[in-house]
Amino acid sequence: MTAFGAIILRDVKLGLRQGGGTYWTLLFFVLTVTLFPLGVGPDLALLSRIGPGILWVVALLASMLSLDRMFQADYEDGSLELLALAPLPLELTVLAKCLAHWLTTGLPVTVLAPALGLLLALDPAAYPTLMLALLIGTPVLSLIGSIGAALTVGVRRGGVLLSLLVMPLYIPALIFGVLAVDAAVDGLSARPHLLLLAADLLVAAALTPWAAAAALRLNLE
Amino acid sequence: MDTFAATELACVRGERLVFTGVGFAIASGGALLLRGPNGTGKSSLLRVCAGFVPASAGQLTWNGRPVTREWDAHRARTTYVGHLDAVKPAFTVAENLGFWASLGGRTAEVAALEPLALDHLHDLPAAYLSAGQKRRLNLSRLSVSNAALWLLDEPTSSLDDVSTAALLAVIAAHQARGGMAVIATHHDLPLRNVSVLRLGPA
Repeated sequence: MTAFGAIILRDVKLGLRQGGGTYWTLLFFVLTVTLFPLGVGPDLALLSRIGPGILWVVALLASMLSLDRMFQADYEDGSLELLALAPLPLELTVLAKCLAHWLTTGLPVTVLAPALGLLLALDPAAYPTLMLALLIGTPVLSLIGSIGAALTVGVRRGGVLLSLLVMPLYIPALIFGVLAVDAAVDGLSARPHLLLLAADLLVAAALTPWAAAAALRLNLE
Repeated sequence: MDTFAATELACVRGERLVFTGVGFAIASGGALLLRGPNGTGKSSLLRVCAGFVPASAGQLTWNGRPVTREWDAHRARTTYVGHLDAVKPAFTVAENLGFWASLGGRTAEVAALEPLALDHLHDLPAAYLSAGQKRRLNLSRLSVSNAALWLLDEPTSSLDDVSTAALLAVIAAHQARGGMAVIATHHDLPLRNVSVLRLGPA
């Protein structure tokens, strides 16, 4: 197996085993979305209007909730030093860890989203667009989040700081993701919004591994 | 025959000069013991050799070429064992070792755990290991490494006498294959072909 695949497999396994926290993240996503119909009340028109926004904001929070695990545990037990010294360039190690983070948060959130859309009275015709938008958008959250996770790796209880760092950078993905679903609900073409979301993904994939790897090297000094 | 050498090396950490004017040279099959009281920069020197910390002055060379010009090649020929054991409690002993082996493009057999006598625990979750056993699991990475240069930071800490002897045998076998080792330690390690570098307060 290649080193790249080995890192993905390891992080996914660690996420799924006891204490890994993948299940908690998903439970957080489901429970938090469930709170909105209870809080807003049984106004179906209102719920279906704000449904896409709720799903995206909570998906974003769920992704952020598990970000501190991306490098922190490896930093604390010394694994990060060994990963940095491995033949695989640290930039690719970061990319592998982002992929593993997406597989354990973004992907399950995408799969769960239609079930929760039902709860929010979202038009079923918009489900394919919702899932497609989340499929393109959630990797952006993992990629951008890796910069925040790498910068705060040496900070105890850095979770809040991490959120403050990455939240502003999440805004483009949030806007285009919600616009795409809104367009599908209104029967319009979601294509331009999805394309802009895909552009966001490409930019994030091209830039974030370098930024996160540089931040990790600084923290290892 | 390879040589790994340092000339006039200095290291500054947190605006404090840790050491300065440090020089050494090791050839294939040789070992260098770093000795000195706490806080004199043994670990820092190893971290400079591994490339985690840039040297403030001086340079490290491999066969006369500065390693700063060829970090990728230097990483590929270096194995580092630090203070922390890099053991994941949720993985079994074999899984822990297997991951580090696959990171170097190799596979780890249970036999790789034999030199440090962990093979009978291979399917035990690492959460149940004692401090000394975790240390041995970390040191077992050496058995699956084909790196020429081993950087060991107090490798004998929390090891009993039997395990220390086993570790010395592993290091001696590495030297016999033409490998080299830089070892920070507070103990006299009976190895062949050893030079000692004493670090004092800067």
